[in-house]
Amino acid sequence: MDDLRAVVEALVFASEIPLSVDRLKDVLAEPDRKAILEILQDIELEYRQRSGGLCLMEVAGGYQFRTKTDYAPWIKKLRGIRPVPLSPAAMETLSVVAYRQPVTRQEIEKIRGVDVSGSLKGILEKKLIRIVGRKNVPGKPIMYGTTKRFLEVFDLKDLSELPTLREITEMEE
Amino acid sequence: MSYEVKLDIFEGPLDLLLYLIRKNELDIYNIPMALVTEQYLAHLEMMKALNLDLAGEYLVLAATLIHIKSRLLLPVEEGQGEGEEETDPRAELVRQLLEYQAFKEVALNLDKRKLLDRDVFKRIQPVEEVPEEPEDPMVEVSLFELIEAFKKVVERMDKEELLEIDTERISLSDRINEILEELSQQKSLSFTDVLKASRTRKSIVYTLLAILELMKMRVIRAYQADPFGPIRIFPAVEESNDG
Repeated sequence: MDDLRAVVEALVFASEIPLSVDRLKDVLAEPDRKAILEILQDIELEYRQRSGGLCLMEVAGGYQFRTKTDYAPWIKKLRGIRPVPLSPAAMETLSVVAYRQPVTRQEIEKIRGVDVSGSLKGILEKKLIRIVGRKNVPGKPIMYGTTKRFLEVFDLKDLSELPTLREITEMEE
Repeated sequence: MSYEVKLDIFEGPLDLLLYLIRKNELDIYNIPMALVTEQYLAHLEMMKALNLDLAGEYLVLAATLIHIKSRLLLPVEEGQGEGEEETDPRAELVRQLLEYQAFKEVALNLDKRKLLDRDVFKRIQPVEEVPEEPEDPMVEVSLFELIEAFKKVVERMDKEELLEIDTERISLSDRINEILEELSQQKSLSFTDVLKASRTRKSIVYTLLAILELMKMRVIRAYQADPFGPIRIFPAVEESNDG
């Protein structure tokens, strides 16, 4: 058991993308999904308790080691990066895509009340959204949806983890 | 240091309207239209005075506000007793505002999460090294070859055409008719062949415009058998079956 635990830790560390339980199952040839999940949770707890610089996070359908938020300033210094935050406009557009996907540009514009082509292009280039198809209405407008990268960046296990949208239909008496 | 214009913080007309409602501590379900419209227009004036680009959307909402205000002033027609509650002219605006507000909140919440490469970091994936072996021989071009290629292109261009300032006058309708003429003789045309027939850049542009125009008019149709394959133009079959 302890051995398997060490292997799991090594695998998650070595993986470039968030490592899914299914993938772990394949690699380990360990049929017991639950056992693997338990090990992962165990490692997660251990890292949380040992006050180190890393934590194990569940993102985009897998597990990944990430640095703790407290050490962000140092890492930025190390990498010499100054992250460019998404503009409020881009964040709003992204939110509409996340909740209303698949959604067309026109539909987003109706909600935001402004032209969104600029912010759409921005988040498309950052690979946070992608084109998922065309809507079957006149003009066949392009429909957008979020990507796995979106989940990775925003620390989401899956789309269902998105905070719930406040009820909009309160108007009805 | 540049001056930050405070009006820039609005993400659009709805945002500005929400701000006014909040600032005046108004009830979103019972917006006093006169007050809000007045303040909204005052803000637009201010933005104009500051030479900010006034996006058209701001004006659209201004018109909507005035429209709603005027409708509120009109006496409610009698005999429509049942529909009255639903036809509050503000209802649609309120719905839009609430929806927008909800998404604005979501956006703020999303931004508070532990963002990758801002709050948390993962290992950097190794930068893929450029493989040294399979160097593409096609890329190897010397400067002389480049010059040679350029010369060829220049030679291919009609020199007289370059000097002539007022080139032959092509009209779009002429080009359209020419294409139609060609199509009536042959059942289909290859897109490249049609374009090749034109020598000058101008005439290529006109040919393309003509094709696009014809497609828009649904007189011709363009087909492509497979991606990147040749494009062929066909006369559109009359689909309006009169008989």
